[in-house]
Amino acid sequence: MNRYIVLRVISSLMIPIILIYAFYIQFHGEYSPGGGFQAGIVFTAAFVVYTLLYGLEAAQRAIPPEAAHALSAIGVLLFAAFGFATMLLGGNFLEYKVLLPNDQAGETFGIIGIELGVGITVAAVGLTLFYSFAGRRTGE
Amino acid sequence: MSEHLPALQVVIALTAAPLVMMMNRFPRLAWGVTLVTCWATLVVAVLLLLQVSDGSVIHYEMGGWAPPWGIEYRVDGANAWVLLIIGLVSAVVMPFALRSVEQEIPADRIGLFYSAFLLANAGLLGIAITNDAFNIFVFFEISALASYALIAMGRDRRAMLSSYQYLIMGTVGTTFLLIGIGFLYIMTGTLNISDLAMRLPEVTETRTIRAAFAFIAVGISLKLALFPLHLWLPNAYSFAPSMVTVFLSATATKVAIYVLLRFIYTAFGFEFSFEELSVAWVLMPLALLGIIIPSVIAVFQEDVKRLLAYSSVAQVGYMILGISFATALGLMASVVHLFNHAITKAALFMAVGCLVYRLGGVSLSRIAGVAERMPWTMAAFVVAGLSLIGVPLTAGFVTKWHLLQAALMEGLWPVAVVLLVISLVATVYIWKVVEAAYFRPAPEDAREIREAPLSLLVPTWVLTATTIIFGVWAQFPISAARNAAEALLGVPQSW
Repeated sequence: MNRYIVLRVISSLMIPIILIYAFYIQFHGEYSPGGGFQAGIVFTAAFVVYTLLYGLEAAQRAIPPEAAHALSAIGVLLFAAFGFATMLLGGNFLEYKVLLPNDQAGETFGIIGIELGVGITVAAVGLTLFYSFAGRRTGE
Repeated sequence: MSEHLPALQVVIALTAAPLVMMMNRFPRLAWGVTLVTCWATLVVAVLLLLQVSDGSVIHYEMGGWAPPWGIEYRVDGANAWVLLIIGLVSAVVMPFALRSVEQEIPADRIGLFYSAFLLANAGLLGIAITNDAFNIFVFFEISALASYALIAMGRDRRAMLSSYQYLIMGTVGTTFLLIGIGFLYIMTGTLNISDLAMRLPEVTETRTIRAAFAFIAVGISLKLALFPLHLWLPNAYSFAPSMVTVFLSATATKVAIYVLLRFIYTAFGFEFSFEELSVAWVLMPLALLGIIIPSVIAVFQEDVKRLLAYSSVAQVGYMILGISFATALGLMASVVHLFNHAITKAALFMAVGCLVYRLGGVSLSRIAGVAERMPWTMAAFVVAGLSLIGVPLTAGFVTKWHLLQAALMEGLWPVAVVLLVISLVATVYIWKVVEAAYFRPAPEDAREIREAPLSLLVPTWVLTATTIIFGVWAQFPISAARNAAEALLGVPQSW
């Protein structure tokens, strides 16, 4: 990889920006286009670029496949936890406004929370898919 | 907590799925959590059915958003009945699954397997309970994607191919459904089914609505395996792991039939579906062909699982036939058959699962003489087989009786004759299995086998006994089905 100096320099500049942009989409989702799905995929895209340049092993050192598995479940559980919390606080399932004393703050908090769950799951599932394709050896 | 029952019905299984996935290293624990989840689901389903048994309707606003803007869960006699079917079958199949799955699925995938099973379960429950057309599509995809994974885990390598076939056909089906729903949304601006029912009459004259009806009917017919759109079903059922076959054969097509009923009766309305578009003229010939041809094909099958799969296609024909009479009695016969066929076919596939557990396969030559060594398993098969044929004192008889009555009330003598003749054909294919198991000598090189373990036998017999109980004491399924039919028709009937 050392030969491709242009690619390495550009990508090391781009990857942090892609990751930050993923978080921007993630946390801006509740009042502008975006949200967990898009953010999760953009996040995974940064890992794809990283893998193409530095290899699968390096990427899997950053997020091991087992961690990606666990994260895909944790995201859904986070979503469900918000649902159950709203039920316990006397609202309907996913009725966010009961989460905080102020209705509007509760709505915002709830949406950001479940979108975070969606984002984690989508990123982790995207990563798992990519790992399982990238990890295939020919002839296997 | 009781006001949250509609949400809990779906959410319990949906939340347990990721939990079980994380327990992949501890297969027994994963099984235990799945078992508890399925039993909790059954309890919720029973409570909901009790609440709506007096004809009342439960509404639940997801996220506190009022319908038609938000997603509404709505439980009436019709879908409470379907929820009970799903809950009952999943609760009974789980004890059966423990050893069957341990034998058929690699140990490092059992947790993932149960996770996919819970997702399929939650998807089916969601389809049944939601009152939002788009939500129905989403849950269809959840249950379908999970089912593809479940079927592909069969031991036979052909499982992968049949899962792929199902994937293609299922995706075409749900895409058609989505196109239809999209057309409805264009014309009415709403997705809530009750709201659609109010707004559709103004625009029924348009071609868009007729196209929407066609797309939805064909899309769902693919999912419910209406002849000749059934080609994915025999392969999917015969190569899937035993427990998956039991669960899907008893629930997946039933839920799709419920959705068809919901669209025909509630969203489009009886007048539009049956009088303007004469949907009965399409459904009745297809139902009759679907009863006759797959039954005859079943007679010539060498593999018992495949034989029963073809019989499932024929049974779907019975349910569609009841709908095509366009009478309250026909509808009620169909709805009661959803339940009766679910328990009958699940019992049969469980008995087959016991045979697979001991024999490894269920071709007719392999099960020769097996009744001597597995008497309880084969006895269950015979009793459930009698219910499939429709012998008096079994659940199958209750449906056939009502179907015959409905046919005769309309003066459809030829249809009644077909029903009786095909019952004989069903006798033939069940007899083929019985003859092989009881009267043919075991092959010389047969391995020493014992009766199936109790954890497989007991659930099998629970369902087998259920087919007898609801054949003798038919009051419960009949009154529930009447309640369901009234909920679909929207007017009380004099039965």
